[in-house]
Amino acid sequence: MAKNAQKEKSMILQKEMVEGLFNDLANAKELGKKVCYTFIPGNLSELIQTFDMLPVYPEINALQNAMRKKSRAYIREAEKNAHSEDVCTYVKCDVGMMMKGNIGPTGQQLPEPDVLLLSYTGCFTFLKWFETLKREYPNAKVILVHTPYQENGEITAEMTQYMTKQFKEEVIPQMEKVTGIKYDEDKLKRILALSAEAEDWITKIFDTTKHKPSPIDAYFAGVYYIGPINIGFRGTQKAIDYYKELYNEILLRIEKGQGPITPEGEMKEEKYRLVVEGPPNWTSFREFWKIFYDLGAVIVASSYTKVGGVYDYGWRHDPKRPLETLAEYCMNCYTNMNIPQRIELLKKCIVDYEADGYITNSIKSCNSFSAGQLGMMREIEDSLEVPVGFIESDLVDPRYFSYSNIKNRLESYFQMLEQRKKMETESV
Amino acid sequence: MKKYYLGIDLGSTTSKAVIIDDNDQIIGRGITNTRANYKVAADIAKEEAIYDARFTLLTNRLKDDIESKPEFKIYMNDIRNVFKYRQFKRRMDKLEDKLKETVQDYSYDNKEEIATEIHAIIEIIRPTIKNEFINQDLGSKNQFFRDIVSERYNSEVGKADKSLYEPLMLAFDKSITPVENEMISFNFKELVDESMKILDKKYKGLVDTPKDGVVEDWYFAEFNSVKDNYKAVEATLRDHIDSIAEENIHIANMVGTGYGRALLPFPENCIKSEILCHAFGAHAVFPNTRTVLDIGGQDTKAIQVDSRGLVTSFHMNDRCAAGCGRYLGYIADEFGISLNELGPEAMNADKETTICSTCTVFAGAEVKELLHNGEKRPNILAGLHKAIVQRAMSLIARSGGVREEFTFTGGVARNQAVLKYVKQMVTDSYGDITMNIHTDSIFMGALGGAMFARRNIEVELPSKNEKIT
Repeated sequence: MAKNAQKEKSMILQKEMVEGLFNDLANAKELGKKVCYTFIPGNLSELIQTFDMLPVYPEINALQNAMRKKSRAYIREAEKNAHSEDVCTYVKCDVGMMMKGNIGPTGQQLPEPDVLLLSYTGCFTFLKWFETLKREYPNAKVILVHTPYQENGEITAEMTQYMTKQFKEEVIPQMEKVTGIKYDEDKLKRILALSAEAEDWITKIFDTTKHKPSPIDAYFAGVYYIGPINIGFRGTQKAIDYYKELYNEILLRIEKGQGPITPEGEMKEEKYRLVVEGPPNWTSFREFWKIFYDLGAVIVASSYTKVGGVYDYGWRHDPKRPLETLAEYCMNCYTNMNIPQRIELLKKCIVDYEADGYITNSIKSCNSFSAGQLGMMREIEDSLEVPVGFIESDLVDPRYFSYSNIKNRLESYFQMLEQRKKMETESV
Repeated sequence: MKKYYLGIDLGSTTSKAVIIDDNDQIIGRGITNTRANYKVAADIAKEEAIYDARFTLLTNRLKDDIESKPEFKIYMNDIRNVFKYRQFKRRMDKLEDKLKETVQDYSYDNKEEIATEIHAIIEIIRPTIKNEFINQDLGSKNQFFRDIVSERYNSEVGKADKSLYEPLMLAFDKSITPVENEMISFNFKELVDESMKILDKKYKGLVDTPKDGVVEDWYFAEFNSVKDNYKAVEATLRDHIDSIAEENIHIANMVGTGYGRALLPFPENCIKSEILCHAFGAHAVFPNTRTVLDIGGQDTKAIQVDSRGLVTSFHMNDRCAAGCGRYLGYIADEFGISLNELGPEAMNADKETTICSTCTVFAGAEVKELLHNGEKRPNILAGLHKAIVQRAMSLIARSGGVREEFTFTGGVARNQAVLKYVKQMVTDSYGDITMNIHTDSIFMGALGGAMFARRNIEVELPSKNEKIT
């Protein structure tokens, strides 16, 4: 049926893009391409493309491995090699994968890095992670950019200048050296223009949750939607094509008054609209999602889908100021915002998307997210009087996902929401 | 016809049932230990609550007599205990049969010797327990069949020949579970009749001078009045007992909650989260409550409620049991004493030994080390109790702290030492806050469930029109 085919087209596009990337990575040597390992927050995708390199995202590999049930063995391998129980499980999953031959989540060989590019220093673990990788791959060139934290809730001209100086004096010369390619600012500008366009599209997509019922789930499906823009396709026409297609599919859903698509088909009844803070659990992603859609809960906004960039206030990559815009991008990722800024952003989401509740998924091994979560929750509860819920799990360590505990808490939370909704309608 | 509402709280350690009337007044409470068969646990708790409800109805009818005449007060208290004994006895008979059966299947050479020993043990513990029920209020101590029997059985096994230890313990372990998981139906009136006969004998046999040590004047007054007037009480009771036994305790709706709620054979809309139920129950008893701390067997919950008793936020522990009732259970096992003895002994401490371990299992090792180093047992126990409360305090803080009136619920709220540290630490952290603890604290979840049931009477139940006897 045409309708079904249309529904799935964006998914097929995305699958092709991801497969293409992993194919290229497996054949990087043959293709004569240099490989740059880097992280999602503050990723300098446009610069990597300017130097015609291929990106590898260790944390994406970790989560993909977890979704394919491979993370447990990798974590065990890393722990066997003296990585403590308390180390970030993304790191251990990645290190374990490397120790077992660096076969990526798709089953294909991952190339060794030519460059270890650390363009976001807000997560201290990232630094340690690359130190570990440097020991594994002594030939890789480490390029480190210090990203100032938005301590005072703003990006100042000095901060931008501080970063562009690093780009000019450190990053670009190093990349030229490794790739043998001369820095081409016009090329970068062209890529940046495409980035801005993709950013417009994804903003429009996440804004469709204003509709009731929401046509999409901005967390569980949202993590798929942010794939292309985060994993190296930002700045390509492919990403724009994907987002256009996805947007059109969503418009169709809105027209028909349809809710989000879940792994078990369309969600029938939207009972609760929620905003979620914190990354999802990846090892039991499906079960985790199911608890929500079974109970009629749809996520209308999530902070996690902003880890690769916060576009809510209108910020876009600006081709006219290529290096400054890259600097701003690095400093503008969600976890680089200070706590009051995050609270404001989350409150805006709750109000704009008319959420009934706010849930924190506290991740055992993620300091970047977990620090301040409880305080943020209290602040949001007090100022908006919105019912809040708190659950705990982990990124990719299956040992820290307790299905029954999480289900029990969420059930209680949803019953609490229902009871309050009921009382509110009765008292009106 | 009067309508009643049932709440069942299937916890990890105990299963509770509460029956309320149309005015949210509790008329029946039932409690039993949670066992492998959840349905049996829930059914037993419910039956207990229904018997209790009948006694409440009876007590209400005799209210004037009970208030004015001591013999009525004593008789009513005694008959409940003896009633419990009659229930106990039925199950005890089953256990005896089962023990014999188990031994028959043994392949031990000294099978006969084991059977004789078991018989001897039963002959010793039966009258002991009977006496405790009839003369020492055992029925009001909330002890369960398994606890009562195993405590005495184990003690007798300890005295027996060492070579018999293993087969005797094995026989008990094999027999107790099926007996405990069997549903035994009782006839209320029959049990009351039997109980009255026993009481008749008890009062008839009363000698003029009570045992040593009981010298208060009021005791003699009550003692003499029951000795002289029990026949009159009996006669009054007989006037009412038939109608009470036949009274239809019509359960118009019910709600199940607790850890095992998903396993209850209830329709989906009759299952409610224990967080909501505990909060609602606690708020009903203490309407100014804004923070509820519930320490149960396997979880601890800090709940914030609004002026209507609705939950606004909550925090629970998971991943670790060190702040829960089970921690105390484990410690009691480590010390080889019963759960009920922990609190009182901890209250005798002259200081609290610092317990470093936050892990239930590791605390066991730490305790052994401390004992070895000469620490006094009450002090160690006090330290352990304090450790639990510290964990609970951290949950309270995470849930938003204590702002106004505070209510402490759950089975652990019965422990005096826990109570002491909760009071101390809440006051230290949040100042002078009104703190509530109720004798029914363990029933708060079931009470909340019953109250929700009363508020959702439109729900159709398959058993709605069945008469419950």
